[in-house]
Amino acid sequence: MPNTIPVVENILSANDQIAMHTRAQLDRAGVLALNMMASPGGGKTSVILKTITELRDQVRIGVMDGDIVPIDLEKIAEMGIPVSLINTGGNCHLDANMVHGALPSLDLDAIDLLIIENVGNLICPAAFKLGSHLNVVIASVPEGDDKPYKYPAMFKGADVLLLNKMDLCEYQNFNLEYFRHGVEVLNPGLAFFPLSCRTGEGFDAWLAWLRDRITERSRIG
Amino acid sequence: MHELGVTQSLLEIALHHGHQAGATRINQLNLVIGELSSIVDESVQFYWDMISEGTIAQGARLNFRRVAAELNCHDCGHRFPLNHQEYICPQCGSANLVVSGGEEFYLESIDVDLDES
Repeated sequence: MPNTIPVVENILSANDQIAMHTRAQLDRAGVLALNMMASPGGGKTSVILKTITELRDQVRIGVMDGDIVPIDLEKIAEMGIPVSLINTGGNCHLDANMVHGALPSLDLDAIDLLIIENVGNLICPAAFKLGSHLNVVIASVPEGDDKPYKYPAMFKGADVLLLNKMDLCEYQNFNLEYFRHGVEVLNPGLAFFPLSCRTGEGFDAWLAWLRDRITERSRIG
Repeated sequence: MHELGVTQSLLEIALHHGHQAGATRINQLNLVIGELSSIVDESVQFYWDMISEGTIAQGARLNFRRVAAELNCHDCGHRFPLNHQEYICPQCGSANLVVSGGEEFYLESIDVDLDES
């Protein structure tokens, strides 16, 4: 006899559960964790390197990187920053299980800020919670001003948005108002920082915002 | 492509609820998937047919109910589907909009045979 059984369970609930464990571990250690997402070539590594350079005197930073080759991570390790490579084996995103498995490779008590560099992709990473506190989305001028319209889920889920490579604006037909409007409809009031890693323009505003989040965090902890 | 992982989660959830209800067979899964969730129906069904083999859910049919994302106009109240080029109200021209729906990603129910003995 056929019967319908109600379930109503999120398909990624197992992932979300693991993410909650990671979050609890980070909270116990007083670590603020960022999930950094962008297209390949959007500037994740550049933003991370520059953020480390500017903040390392005040904040203890660790980096986790989801990649198939450790090239980016080597650059970061050369700066004397604790790093952990999550070998994604070509996967299209990080998931909670990968991040949770990599946690023991970092001494959480020795860092205040954990930067998790996700796989370069504007679609899949948006769906998987990692246990991090803030989703940092990086778009860049050469990618075009229509990114929020093409990848709404990524922009809708962001907690802060960086628009990198602003120094290339004069060479591109980039309509900043069109871009901003798309973001504003999807994610009203989203913290937004146009900047350039190359020239440094706009970077201070992002750093000030991030410093405030770290301070808030240490006040709670 | 992350459909394999998604399909594995789906199988675990379906089997858990099926066993709990004392089902002898799971015939259909009713999924609700928002437009903003990235998933390819055909790939999920493809993986499903492989990994459900030997379970009570073997050969079950996956029904996908797609939910559209909508824009709501704050000025005139008009609701219309999200288009992927511009966010402007087609009725009053306002840009004062908010998006709703489209993020659904859950298993709503399963259709099963119960042990009648």
